[in-house]
Amino acid sequence: MNVAGLYNYWIVILLMMTGFYVVISSGNLVKKIIGLNLFQASVFILYISMGKVVNGAVPILREGVTTYSNPLPHVLILTAIVVGVATTALGLALVVRIREAYGSVEEDDIHRQDESL
Amino acid sequence: MLIEAINIVLLGMLVLTAFAAVRLHDLFAVTMMFGIYSLLAAVVFVVLDAVDVAFTEAAVGVGISTILMLATIGLVGRHEQRPAHRPLLPLLVVAVTGAALVYGTLDMPFFADPAAPVHQHVAPYYLGKSPEQTGIPNVVTSILASYRGYDTLGELAVIFTAGVGVLALLGLRRRKRPSKERPTP
Amino acid sequence: MRDNPVLRIVAKIIIPVILLFALYVQFHGDFGPGGGFQAGAIFAAGFILYGLVFGTEALRNAIPPGLLRFVIALGLVLYAGVGATTMLLGSDYLAYGALAHDLISGQHLGIFLVELGVGITVSAVIVTIFLAFAGRNDP
Repeated sequence: MNVAGLYNYWIVILLMMTGFYVVISSGNLVKKIIGLNLFQASVFILYISMGKVVNGAVPILREGVTTYSNPLPHVLILTAIVVGVATTALGLALVVRIREAYGSVEEDDIHRQDESL
Repeated sequence: MLIEAINIVLLGMLVLTAFAAVRLHDLFAVTMMFGIYSLLAAVVFVVLDAVDVAFTEAAVGVGISTILMLATIGLVGRHEQRPAHRPLLPLLVVAVTGAALVYGTLDMPFFADPAAPVHQHVAPYYLGKSPEQTGIPNVVTSILASYRGYDTLGELAVIFTAGVGVLALLGLRRRKRPSKERPTP
Repeated sequence: MRDNPVLRIVAKIIIPVILLFALYVQFHGDFGPGGGFQAGAIFAAGFILYGLVFGTEALRNAIPPGLLRFVIALGLVLYAGVGATTMLLGSDYLAYGALAHDLISGQHLGIFLVELGVGITVSAVIVTIFLAFAGRNDP
């Protein structure tokens, strides 16, 4: 990704903002969670692209290789991916319970039912 | 030259899938777009030399997350109502945040620069000392399990908590058919 | 889906291969990409495939929910127990060198046990979450 130095960071920021837009603008709770996952995946791409070294190899030590890519972002993002799926699972379980309590997963319907109480 | 072309194609497809996920209103199609997005992200990780991360993203992001979303759509319904509000304020917030982030990247070192500060102190220590202190070729595993073992213990506790939380919310017992749900107005 | 012979036969052939591959990824995480999290997810995927093709009732018969709850806790106790063991042997928490006669063997044993704990808990949690979602509206 050697396109003029910073361009790929900007494209990843575009992806992050797309996910962010889905989170804040959609009324459906399941689509919000999907947008949150899109946002998380693009943040991971941003961090991993900061760990790449030019002409570096995969950080598994072997003979005859001198430069390796930085393994620290890989470790952090591995943890982040798994924590992300745990959060998604809990969020989706909450959505299922909300559907059973309110009868709908659209934000406007839920607000209306709460205000009419 | 071929690598640059592959990267541009991958990033382009990522942008296309993300935009499709915004515009579609059938949640099943949005979930499939998310699955494709995760798979493309896993390929991008391989191109960026992060094979462990690509493995995890492919197994957990494409496999498990997509299955959970499909199960939820099966329980909840697959159509999204057309949004009633105009998207002006969200677009404004997103544009301001994006501009602030781009302004922040102007300070960053160029992509894949070997002299960047992040590659200077801790990473060469781990790469150099890992063979004699742990004897394991995969540096990511040795950092994850040995040098940063506390963090992995915390991560395992997070997964445990998620399992317990889903058990508390949904439970494994078969339940009787629920009594009438509140009717939608 | 269990009426479809193609799905049934292919699932029966491929589920053992998936579980075997998960064990390979678990124990070869030291020499290539892999480790506990990936292996746990792949192991759970084998069971989820079984549940998708043969029904959640068959999956419940294969894995009793009480066993699942026990196994979720088992992995975390294994990981924390390795740390407690090293403390009882006189060293710091999670200092694997105390587990064996020299530093490198201790590190190998410690990392092996720790990744095993991670794989066990992750696979049990994912199967539990799938059963909780998929079995929600079972009659």
